Amino acid sequence: MPVDILMPALSPTMEEGNLAKWLVKEGDNVSSGDVIAEIETDKATMEVEAVDEGVIGKILIDEGAEGVKVNTPIAVLLQEGESADDIGKSAPPSGDPHGERSADGAAGEGTATDGNAVEDMDARRVPAEGKVHPEPSAPDVGSDPDIPDGTEMVPTTVREALRDAMAEEMRADETVFVMGEEVAEYQGAYKVTQGLLDEFGPKRVVDTPITEHGFAGVGVGAAMSGLRPIVEFMTFNFAMQAIDQIINSAAKTLYMSGGQMGAPMVFRGASGAAARVAAQHSQDYAAWYSHVPGLKVVMPYTAADAKGLLKAAIRDPNPVIFLENEILYGQTFDVPKLDDFVLPIGKARIHRSGSDCTIVSFGIGMTYAIKAAEELAGAGIECEVIDLRTIRPMDLPTVIESVKKTGRLVTVEEGFPQSSVGDFIANRVQREAFDYLDAPVVTIAGKDVPMPYAANLEKLALPNVGEVVDAVKTVTYAS
Amino acid sequence: MATRAKKTPAASARGKTSSTIKAPKPAEFSKDDELLAYREMLMIRRFEEKAGQLYGMGFIGGFCHLYIGQEAVVTGMQMAAKEGDQVITGYRDHGHMLAAGMESRGVMAELTGRQGGYSKGKGGSMHMFSKEKNFYGGHGIVGAQVSLGTGIAFGNKYRENGAVTMTYFGDGAANQGQVYESFNMASLWKLPVVYVIENNRYAMGTSVSRASAETDFSHRGTSFLIPGFQVDGMDVRAVKAAGELALEHARSGKGPIIVEMQTYRYRGHSMSDPAKYRSKDEVQKMRSEHDPIEQVKARILEKGYADEAELKAIDKEVRDIVSDAAEFAQTDPEPDASELYTDILH
Repeated sequence: MPVDILMPALSPTMEEGNLAKWLVKEGDNVSSGDVIAEIETDKATMEVEAVDEGVIGKILIDEGAEGVKVNTPIAVLLQEGESADDIGKSAPPSGDPHGERSADGAAGEGTATDGNAVEDMDARRVPAEGKVHPEPSAPDVGSDPDIPDGTEMVPTTVREALRDAMAEEMRADETVFVMGEEVAEYQGAYKVTQGLLDEFGPKRVVDTPITEHGFAGVGVGAAMSGLRPIVEFMTFNFAMQAIDQIINSAAKTLYMSGGQMGAPMVFRGASGAAARVAAQHSQDYAAWYSHVPGLKVVMPYTAADAKGLLKAAIRDPNPVIFLENEILYGQTFDVPKLDDFVLPIGKARIHRSGSDCTIVSFGIGMTYAIKAAEELAGAGIECEVIDLRTIRPMDLPTVIESVKKTGRLVTVEEGFPQSSVGDFIANRVQREAFDYLDAPVVTIAGKDVPMPYAANLEKLALPNVGEVVDAVKTVTYAS
Repeated sequence: MATRAKKTPAASARGKTSSTIKAPKPAEFSKDDELLAYREMLMIRRFEEKAGQLYGMGFIGGFCHLYIGQEAVVTGMQMAAKEGDQVITGYRDHGHMLAAGMESRGVMAELTGRQGGYSKGKGGSMHMFSKEKNFYGGHGIVGAQVSLGTGIAFGNKYRENGAVTMTYFGDGAANQGQVYESFNMASLWKLPVVYVIENNRYAMGTSVSRASAETDFSHRGTSFLIPGFQVDGMDVRAVKAAGELALEHARSGKGPIIVEMQTYRYRGHSMSDPAKYRSKDEVQKMRSEHDPIEQVKARILEKGYADEAELKAIDKEVRDIVSDAAEFAQTDPEPDASELYTDILH
C-alpha cells in the first residue's frame, strides 16, 4: 500500500513550514536516509530524509509552497510492486496524531543542514491532546499610554522585537555588547540574536564556552569596569550555575561599595516552561529574582513591551533580570514604529479595563488571564487585566487602584506557588486595600511539583484558563 | 620558603608545554626601591596590627582577615604595576587597598563601620572598593573575584586601554570551579589579566596538601595553555620582578599568566582562628627567617641606605598615620540611618 510522506515537525512545537525544495522527482528511487526535500521554518532550513525505501509516486505539495501544516501529506512513496495507480489507496500515515515529532518518524524526519538546528520552541505550547489553542496572530493587547495615538504599528514577533531592541541599543552605545552561548555564529539558540554578529562583529557579539558561572562573572566584571553587557542565558534554568555572581556580585556591589560602582547590565533569556522539556528546563524564575534588592526584574508578555523594556533595561544603570519565554518568542504582536521606543521599567499596563474583578499577571501568565477574561466577559463578568511587565520594582499602586475599584483580585503565574509573586501581591493588597476587598485574594500558580515530562501531567502542572475562570467566579460569588 | 622558591626553575623546566615560563631573578633594588618597599610593607603591617587591636576592643565586628606576613606580595606587585592597572581580590584585602593607594583612614573607618569608610560603612572588611584607585574589591565569596577580574580584563581588551587586571586569590580559591571557567575564557580571548595566586599554605585551616591534588599552583593553568611560575612571595624583589614579567606578558597581548606567590600568613585565618592546625615553631621559623620586612630592613642597613635612626623615623611616621586612622575610625560617626536605603539602585 503506498505510504504518505508527511510534512514533518522539526521542533517539538513547530506547526508549519515552507516546502523550499524537492530534491527528488516523481519516479525516483529512494532509500532510507536519502535527502528528499528541504523545509524552511522561520529560523532554519532543514533537510527531510526518507525513512523508508521505495519510489516517489507522486509529489502532492509543490516546491515553494508556504505554510504547509505539520502532518500534511507532501508526497506518496510507492513500495515494491506498486504503481502510481495504487495512489489513493494510501495507508494511513504513521505520523504522530499529536502534531509532534513522531518517534517512528512517519515518512520524513528532519536534520539540520545549516548548523542552525532547532533548539527553539518557538511556536505555541502543544497541549496534551494535541490541539493547539487558536491564537490570534496579533492579539489585542490593550492600549498603552506610552505609545502616542496614531503611531503606525508593525506586526513583529517577540523574538524580532528583542533582537531589534539589542541592535538599536548597540548602534547607539559602543559599550553595549552581548555575550552568551551560541549568540554569535549560531545566531542564538533561540535565534534571538539573529543577525547581530553580521552587523556588530565578534568583538561585540561574543560566543562563550558553556560556562554559565564563569561568563556571568566575566559579564559582571566587565560591567563593573564600565561596559554594558547583555548576558544571554540560553535559558535561565542554566543561570542557576551563575546565580552567585548575579546576586552576590551584580546585585550587591553598588550597596557594598557605598554607591561607587555597580553592574549596569542585563541578564536575559528564556524562563519558565517551554513544551515537554521537563523539570530541569522548565522553571520560572520571576519570584526567585524578585526577592533580591539591587536587581530589577522584567518579564514582558507582548513584543512591544519586550522591545521597549529591553531597551530600557540596557540603558538602566542597574543589573536587570530580563525574563523571556520560549513559547512567546514566536508570537506576533503589534510593535509601534518609532525611532526610539523605550518603555518605563516599573510600570504596569492595564491590558483590559473592567469593574468586577482584577486579574494581575505577567509574561506568559497573561495568556491565561486574557482568555479567561474573554470567557468571563461572555458570562457578564468584566475583568480588569493588569500586565505587571516589571516584577521588581513592582507597580503596586496600579494594582491597588484597580482592586479598590473591583474589590476582587486573582493573580496568575506559571511559577511555583509558595512565596510566589502572587503571594507578595496578596500580602500587599490585604495591607493596603483591606477595606476594599469583597473576597479573599486567590493566587493561581503552577502546581507545587517539579515539571513532569508526560504531556498530560505537564498540562496538569501548569495553570489553565479554567482555573482562572473558576477563581474569578469564586471571588465574584458568581458560581 | 627560600628552598621552595629555589626549586622554581627546575619545576618550570620539567614542563613540556609552552605554558612554562621561567621565574625571573629578583629585581635589583635601588635605595629608593628598598625604602619604598620598607615603608609600604610596614604600613600594611602596622595597619593590620592596629586592626587586630581594634577588633579585640570591639570596634571592628564580623570577620576580619589580616594580611600580616604576606605584605611583600601586594607591595612588589604594585611596584611593578602601571597607572591604570586594576586590582581585585578576595576578603583578605586590607593590604591590597593600602598598596593600591587607598587612604588608611577610609579603610580603617570601613572596618569600624563608620560613615567615612570607603563604602560608607555598608561594606565592611571584606567589601571595599575604590573606583578612583582602580580597586575593584574586596569580595567575600571565595573565587568570585577570579571571574570578575577576568571580566575587568575583558573590558580592558574591549576598550584597548592598555591596562592589566591583577586578580588575586588564594590557594583555597584556586580549587573553585569558576576559576577554571575564567582561565579558559581568559586564555581563549587573550585577556590582559595576571592571576596572582597567594599561596599562604592554608585555606582557612586546611593545608594545601590536604586540599589540593596538584600543589604547584603555577601549573593550574596548564590545561588552558596559561603559563605560570612560582615566586618567593616573601621577597619583595622577587615579587616585583615576577610582576614586571607577568604584567608585560599580559599587556603585550599574550593573554593571561599565573604567578604563584609562595607566602605565609602569621595570624589565623580570621580573628577567631587559634590556628591549631600548625605548630608555633612553623610560624616562628617563618617570622625569624623569611619575614619580608626584616629582609628589606637588613639589606637597607647592610648597604647603608639608611641607619637605624632613619628607619625609626619611617616607623614613627607610619605609626602616626595608622594611629590617626584608628582615631578617625573610632570617632567618625556611624552612617546615618537614612543610608540604609541608599545605594541599592542607581
